Amino acid sequence: MEVRVTTSRRKALSRPVSQPSRWLATALVSAATLGASAQALAEEPIKVGILHSLSGTMAISESTLKDTVEMLIEQQNEQGGLLGRRLEAVVVDPASNWPLFAERARELLAQEEVDVIFGNWTSVSRKAVLPVVEELNGLLFYPVQYEGEESSENVFYTGAAPNQQAIPAVNYLHDQVGVERWVLAGTDYVYPRTTNRILEAYLQEEFGVAEEDILVNYTPFGHSDWQNIVAEIRRFGSEGKKTAVVSTINGDANVPFYRELANQGIDAADIPVVAFSVGEQELSGIDTGPLVGHLAAWNYFMSVDSDANYDFIDAWIDYTGDEESVTNDPMEAHYIGFNMWAEAVRKAGTTEVDAVKDAIIGVAVPNLSGGYAAMMPNHHITKPVLIGEIQDNGQFDVVWQTPSTVAGDAWSDYLPGSRDLISDWRAPMRCGNFNVANGSCGGSTAAEEAEAALAE
Amino acid sequence: MRNFPLPWPAAVRASAGGVAGHPGRGLVMLLSLLTLWLLGGAVQAQTPTPETAADATAIQLLEALDVSSYAEKGEAIEAIVRSDDERARDWLSALLDGRLQRTDEGRFVVVLDNIGRHWPVADALSGEPLGEMSRRELDRIGINNALRNQLRSAIAVVDLYSADLALRRASAERLLGEVDADLAGPLSELIEQESDARVRERLALALAIHRLEQGELAAIDHLDGSLHPRARVALSRAAAGADDELASAARSALNDIEQKLKLNRAAETLYFGLSLGSVLVLAAIGLAITFGVMGVINMAHGELIMLGAYTTWAMQQLLPGQPGLALILAVPAGFLVAALAGIAIERGVIQFLKGRPLETLLATFGVSLILQQLVRTVISPLNRTVVTPEWMSGSLVVNDALSLTLNRMVVLGFALVVFAGLMLIMRRTRLGLEVRAVTQNRAMARSMGIRATRVDILTFALGSGVAGLAGVALSQLTNVGPNLGQNYIIDSFMVVVFGGVGNLWGTLVAGLSLGVINQVLEPWAGAVLAKIIVLVFIILFIQKRPRGLFPQKGRAAEG
Repeated sequence: MEVRVTTSRRKALSRPVSQPSRWLATALVSAATLGASAQALAEEPIKVGILHSLSGTMAISESTLKDTVEMLIEQQNEQGGLLGRRLEAVVVDPASNWPLFAERARELLAQEEVDVIFGNWTSVSRKAVLPVVEELNGLLFYPVQYEGEESSENVFYTGAAPNQQAIPAVNYLHDQVGVERWVLAGTDYVYPRTTNRILEAYLQEEFGVAEEDILVNYTPFGHSDWQNIVAEIRRFGSEGKKTAVVSTINGDANVPFYRELANQGIDAADIPVVAFSVGEQELSGIDTGPLVGHLAAWNYFMSVDSDANYDFIDAWIDYTGDEESVTNDPMEAHYIGFNMWAEAVRKAGTTEVDAVKDAIIGVAVPNLSGGYAAMMPNHHITKPVLIGEIQDNGQFDVVWQTPSTVAGDAWSDYLPGSRDLISDWRAPMRCGNFNVANGSCGGSTAAEEAEAALAE
Repeated sequence: MRNFPLPWPAAVRASAGGVAGHPGRGLVMLLSLLTLWLLGGAVQAQTPTPETAADATAIQLLEALDVSSYAEKGEAIEAIVRSDDERARDWLSALLDGRLQRTDEGRFVVVLDNIGRHWPVADALSGEPLGEMSRRELDRIGINNALRNQLRSAIAVVDLYSADLALRRASAERLLGEVDADLAGPLSELIEQESDARVRERLALALAIHRLEQGELAAIDHLDGSLHPRARVALSRAAAGADDELASAARSALNDIEQKLKLNRAAETLYFGLSLGSVLVLAAIGLAITFGVMGVINMAHGELIMLGAYTTWAMQQLLPGQPGLALILAVPAGFLVAALAGIAIERGVIQFLKGRPLETLLATFGVSLILQQLVRTVISPLNRTVVTPEWMSGSLVVNDALSLTLNRMVVLGFALVVFAGLMLIMRRTRLGLEVRAVTQNRAMARSMGIRATRVDILTFALGSGVAGLAGVALSQLTNVGPNLGQNYIIDSFMVVVFGGVGNLWGTLVAGLSLGVINQVLEPWAGAVLAKIIVLVFIILFIQKRPRGLFPQKGRAAEG
């Protein structure tokens, strides 16, 4: 009796993996993965947290992003994982509930101890998560275009800042289309309000647009009765000056908005609408025949003509098993963010957060439009800006693009409070809001901002 | 007759049909597959060698389009317009639709159908089908809005000579404000020869705008009273001009126009209000029965609306290519689906909670969450596309300043029909009589031999079915997604309470008046504030008159 116990204990100690059943499972996994050695994969997997809503109002946009990250993880595992370790997705559902985002983030970092998080869509959810990620020193990759005015040590912004989307789009309309009157229409929350404030200041300063030539309009989330607003836009646009609508209308409200535009006979050739939140995903809910020619500004379109893009689309369609599934800009942002993180982990030789944070600055990976995206010291990335026109097949045709990539600017040059701020997370500065006018660092305001955002 | 200075004659005659208007996807696919099979790999290898001199020039013309600068493309389009080629209109309209593309071998093709990853194509020169090609092998010749304008104007000029009246009308409409000195001469000749009065009227207006721009005083008489924005723009430019006599004449013409516009705007706002009101009425009328008449607080009412909308989507999936028929069939189908779901909810949940409003509220709220998540899991969290049939898109043009959108007009009519139908059922049928009897005095009705439980089921089914009808209508106005119902539940309760619980007329009047109030407020208060003002108004109103607009009177109200 005695003897037997000691043997089994010695056996257990000498083996790298304690339980035979786990060893068997790992063997099966490694047999399934290509070219990976069983020994390497036997180590603890790298945990990748996914923080996207799978239920509630935002599920429409966010659930595809969860699938995207899962696909990227699967592809990475097929190539043998990272640092010889397998990647494992940890999916939680914050259910479109902003405070719940913070709780789920805490769960991912404190209990699951994930090495990195990919997640969030709305700005308010990001603001809610910020203090948690900073407190527990996590890594968050945020894939959606946003209003700027933020730079956190622990967050990497792979979506567009205003200077990578809104400003170039307005430049295009002014220079190429000759627009003189502007309608700034948006959903009533922080992203459209900040973006429109920046745009209003920019239009007045740069192009000398008079106040009566700018019409600003806000509508609630999910607004569905657009008759009056579209009629107002029609009247505003029939005064003889070339008019365009800059739309920061978000989510579901876009479908009835575009329907009303089409029904009231507003043609893109007369009054083009350039949208910052309408992508292939949103268009898949409408018949785009009457919308041909309306514009969207993004950093990626599914119609981009590059082999990397076609490969990505093929992989995505294979992964979803749906011939009609579309790809969009935030998906590309996750593709870039995931590859940057993987590259930084390889460079650092570890998934340890501080090492990865330092290693990732300067990392450049291919984007899907045939160029490269580089991580800047302010945790924003370089992106090309594309202006696309809606086609009758629900796709965008690129009509204009910036000659080179544009680096994301965390702090807008057109807002009084942020003009003097810069962000640089390299040593020795390591500051997200350094004021060049008085030479001091403002420090993290994540907690107050989260409180303010959630109070709204 | 055909002595137009721009060299169009050949192209004009060819404009009747052509590659751009593809006759039927199925046939084209079949043909293209057949050709692919016959020709095998030879198609792909073929290089664009011109067979005739005409083709050689044509290829040159098209080559000029394949440049990156939009300015050069504009010149190339001009060159095609000036060429004598009879395929010119087809090329231009293919270019306008983004279907003129180039293969990797440099051959010009017209894409017949651009859905998916493989597209059937036809040769741009000969029009013969070339089978399916992958997106990777094709490069589209892109255009932008400026070129789109240029193309439309160019095609409009060609179409003025077309035999098709609809084309002529569209092109006359298009030319308003686009007339230049080159076009003015031939236009005045065309007006004389034109047989259709509307085309003549539009062309005369287009000419008058051009003449006013040239500073002709007489043109103002013609423009006086015209509500078209182009005419107004021309007049306001003249009013701000240096010529005093012209400016004062233009100003007085503008004043007249402004007066007329005010009337039109008022009519437009009223229409907007009624149409928003009809949506509110549709959403609320089912609730007016389940909540108003039966007194059941059904928080899953919105999800019954959603089921109706999804039924419309399902019908359109079952009948591809016939959105109109599917929509009409969805009316009974949506009613049935929602009514059955209503029966299930009544039998499964509500019957056990009779007389316990708080528990009913919580339980039905739970049901609504279950239904939402069910749709998310079984169908998809993404919105579904519901196609608007041809006869419901666009708008009915009353005059140049007032046009009424057709989809909303149909919904408005539908709401009134549903309301009338419900009134008939409640007033004229045995079911209606029994419902009224049971809700007024359950015990008495039962002792008269009415099966109260059966009446409960039928009433709830009726209310739910009407919610399904609302869903069918709403699928034409808003998103069809899992959250559809949520957006209407608050509004529905608001309308029913405001109108007076238990009164169908109250629901109709309340819905329509809230719609109108909202739309009148919106232009000056903004959409967000208008909604708040309406809510505050209702709160104050309910404080003053707790039983709503049309309170029930008599003993039934106290019981």
